[in-house]
Order: sequence, then C-alpha cells, then structure tokens
Amino acid sequence: MLRSWQAEMIKLVKRPATWLLLVLALLLALLFTYLFPYASYAGGTGGPNSDRTLPMLLPEQLVGNSLGGLPVFLGAIVLILGVLTVGGEYGWGTWKTLLTQGPTRLATYAGKLLALAVAALVLVLSLFATGAATSVVIAGVESQPVAWPSVADLAVGLGAGWLIATMWAMLGALLAIALRGVALPIGLGLVWMLAVQNLLAVIAAPLLDWVAEAQKGLPGPNAGSLVAALGATGDTPGVAAVVGGGQAALVIGGYLLAFVAAGGLLLHRRDIL
Amino acid sequence: MQPPVQTTGLTKRYGGLTAVRDLDLTVRAGEVYGFLGPNGAGKTTTLRMLLGLIRPTSGAVRVFGARPGEPGHLGSVGALIEGPAFYPYLSGRDNLRLLARYAGTGAHRVPVVLDLVDLTDRAGDRYATYSLGMKQRLGVAAALLKDPRLLILDEPTNGLDPAGMADMRALIRRLGAGGCTVLLSSHLLGEVQQICDRVGVVSKGQLVAESSVAELRGAAALRVMAEPLDRAEVLARALLGDDRVRVVDGALELAVGPQRAAAVNAELVGAGVAVSELRLRERDLEDVFLELTSGGLTHVA
Repeated sequence: MLRSWQAEMIKLVKRPATWLLLVLALLLALLFTYLFPYASYAGGTGGPNSDRTLPMLLPEQLVGNSLGGLPVFLGAIVLILGVLTVGGEYGWGTWKTLLTQGPTRLATYAGKLLALAVAALVLVLSLFATGAATSVVIAGVESQPVAWPSVADLAVGLGAGWLIATMWAMLGALLAIALRGVALPIGLGLVWMLAVQNLLAVIAAPLLDWVAEAQKGLPGPNAGSLVAALGATGDTPGVAAVVGGGQAALVIGGYLLAFVAAGGLLLHRRDIL
Repeated sequence: MQPPVQTTGLTKRYGGLTAVRDLDLTVRAGEVYGFLGPNGAGKTTTLRMLLGLIRPTSGAVRVFGARPGEPGHLGSVGALIEGPAFYPYLSGRDNLRLLARYAGTGAHRVPVVLDLVDLTDRAGDRYATYSLGMKQRLGVAAALLKDPRLLILDEPTNGLDPAGMADMRALIRRLGAGGCTVLLSSHLLGEVQQICDRVGVVSKGQLVAESSVAELRGAAALRVMAEPLDRAEVLARALLGDDRVRVVDGALELAVGPQRAAAVNAELVGAGVAVSELRLRERDLEDVFLELTSGGLTHVA
C-alpha cells in the first residue's frame, strides 16, 4: 500500500489539473470570503454579504472564514479532485496497467484514498494560510489589532476542515468507481452539491417537516452545521446550524467511512473491462 | 514445476452471452505460445482472467501455480493487454518509473527496457505526444519492467511500421530463447507462424485446436497442372495410391513430399501428359485458421 500511495502522490503532484483545482479553490475562497466583502466595506455599500463587517475579515475569524466554503463550493472542487483521481483510471484505461503491476486492487485503492486525504489536508492548510495572510493585510490596511484564534481552535478547525474535505473527496472517488468514468460522476456530483442540496434546504425543508428532518442526516447540511459551529457565517451558501457540531462531525465521519467502504467493495468485486 | 499458465474449465458468462467456455489451456515453461482467434472469440477475456482483471464465472486459473489475487500471482508476469494505457501528462520515462514504483522493482530497469524497445530518444517527451507505434513500444517496455518469467502480449505489433514489427518479432524470439515464456495473442498469422512454438486457436469461446505450428499446417503437398487432367489423375493414382491423390480447383493435389516431384513429372510426361505447372503447396497458418474458425470443432492433438 505504501508503494501505491507514493505512486499516487507522484501522479497527483505531476498532474496539472490538481494545481488548477487548488488555485481555483484558493481564488474562490479569497474572492468571496475576503475581497468582495472588503470591497463592499471599503466602498460603503451593502449587499448579500452585508453581515461581513470589518471584524469578520480580521485574523480572529480565521477558522470560520477558512471553513465557510467547504460545505458547498470548495467541497465541490474537492469532489472533482476525487473523481479525477479515481475516474481518470477509467478514462485512460490505466486500471489494467496499474493492476497488473502486483499490488492488489484494495492496496491500490487504499493508496489512492490516502493520497486524496493528503491532498485534502494540503487544500485546507492552504485555505488557512491564504486566509491568514489576507486577513493580516486587511488588519494592517485598516490599522486594526491582529489577534489570532487559539491554537486549540485552529487545530479543531483544521481537523474539521480536513474531515469535510476528505469526505467530499471520498464521495468523488465512490462516484467515479460506481459510474466508471469522469464526466458523469462530476456532473451528478455537482448537481447534488450545488443544486439539489440548495433546493432541499431553501424550498423543500421549509414546506415539509420530514424533509427538514431528513436533511439532518445528509452530508451537506452536516458539513454546514459543523462549520457553523466553528464560526462560519450564515450568509455563506450551505452554512446553517441544522444540527450540533459534535453530531455533525460524527455524521460526516460516518459518511466518509461509508463512501470508502462502498467504493472498495465495488472496485474489489467488479471486472476491470 | 508449475506451468506458467494453466486453466481448467475456464468459463466467463455475461448474462446470456458466454465469452469463454470450458477452456483448458496450458502454456509450458520457455515456449512462445500463440493464442489465436477471430474478433470476439474470447482471447482478451481469457488473458484478462489470467491477470485477475476479470473474475471467471467458473473454472480455475493458475499462473505459476498461484490463483489471481494470491501473493506472487503477478510477481513474475509482464503484460500488455488490448493496447497500451498510460498517463498522458507524464513522459514515457516517468510513466515507467511510476509503474516500477507500483511493482516495487526500483527504477533501474527503466533505461534498460526503454533501450530494448528503442524508445530512449523520446523517453522524455510526454506520452500524449507519442505516435501509435511509440505508445505500443512503451506498452511492451512496461510489460518488460519486472524482467518477467511470463510475458503476456495482446497484439503487440499493433500500430508498428514494418521495421518496428520486425524488431518486435526479433525481441520476442530473443526473450523466448532467453527462457521467458511468452503468451502472444495476435491477428497477424504470419507473425505467429514465424515466432511461436505452439498455438492454440479459440473460436466462440472454445479452444478448437492446440498444437505446434508445423502440426497444424500439416504435411506439404504437390500441386500439378496437367492436360488432360483425367488421364493425369489415373496415372497419379496408379503411381501414388488413391488416398494420396485428389483434384482441387482443376489441378491435382498429391499428398507427397517434394522428393517425389521428379518421379511424378517423369511419369506424366512419359505417358504423353502435358505438365504446365508442378510446385510444392504448403498450407499456411491462415488457411488452417480460417478452416478452424469458420467450421466446427477440430481438435488437433
């Protein structure tokens, strides 16, 4: 498994799409978490992010600000990475090349998942680092004091972000295996994350109690609840305290394990055509 | 000693379609074995089952005595199945290094196998820029990475130019001579005829013949164009016996070797028969293949 993991890391690092997704994620986080709200503040205009007053853009809010995108749009990017990492083997027909080298299917699969988990951690660390740098600049420009979250809050925030990002990456991997490709898993994954989750939350849940209850068991609302518990603002899409933070973490952990197990089972049992 | 490849009653069904049916196949150590069959006959499905990529519906597969999925099953096996497949954003060399890491062989074999397939000069270029022939050569290089004792090659000369095909044949012969067992699936029957020790022919998922190339092709015959033909036939039957003479497409076909050609010619000419052509007729593998795969089952010992 170690050999497979090393090989997967090399593939991830050398694949241009990986870096494109990372840059895109950081750019989106920077724009929507800091730059647009700051432009609104500096210009004295209100808007959809009018909750984002200057104190919300300072280093003290680093944890919530860094996690806010993970339930929806940053999560979608991690899901795409998961699909590309596993589904690319179907698209290029390289499963047969890999699986005739010696490692078992499950060892190869485990190597991929480990590499994805590392990539998710790198993304979350990068989000925190970019957010930290940006908020320090804003504090400097606005002559505000720089106060950081406690180390414990930072550690919990990093852990929660890593958990959520890894869960989405595993969902991407599962979709790629289930649908044996790249395009359809990305399409369906994005429809679920960007459209269906929002429709359920905004339209169906207020109308039907059972939908509102069912939401408490879905991965997106739990991710939104977890980041809300850690300080993400409610004006970010997908962020809402539907359940408590502890329950949300457990549910997300459960989904992560279920996605891993389902993907492993499918890959182990199915023929490589 | 366990044979490199042994299948017993190997069967693969997809719903109502039987792709491979009750296949018993044994490839002996050190031989170059040609695995022939028309499109859809079940060749690639069989090869994939040998490699553990496809699970048999029933029957058993053993590669050096190990079942697919058991430790060591693929440790000594190199394979190129149904065309090469690599990562387009990596160079040929990096693709091989990556596979060496999966295989745990270390990268020291990479320059060796690149040289073997004559790809060293372009090894630093991205795989996406390779021609079909270069991709094929990289596929063969990957199959050789583990310095395998069993090499499974599915159409290895696809996309190669004539010089490349000749090089590939020479390489396979060299590997065979060096003790590597080669299981070669190919549509190019001339190629198989030149380099294989034994061949197995599959049709509709079943093994319909398995033998040495020479045995499959059968004995040579003499073909005689003569006038008048009926007079020539009578003379030939008298000389060689009824069971060695038949008329095929307006000519005599005599089941004797070339050493009888002079006597046949003298007999016919001496009796006033005009002989316009007398030549040795050897069946090539293509004739045999078409017979075997278009008709019923013909088991050759």
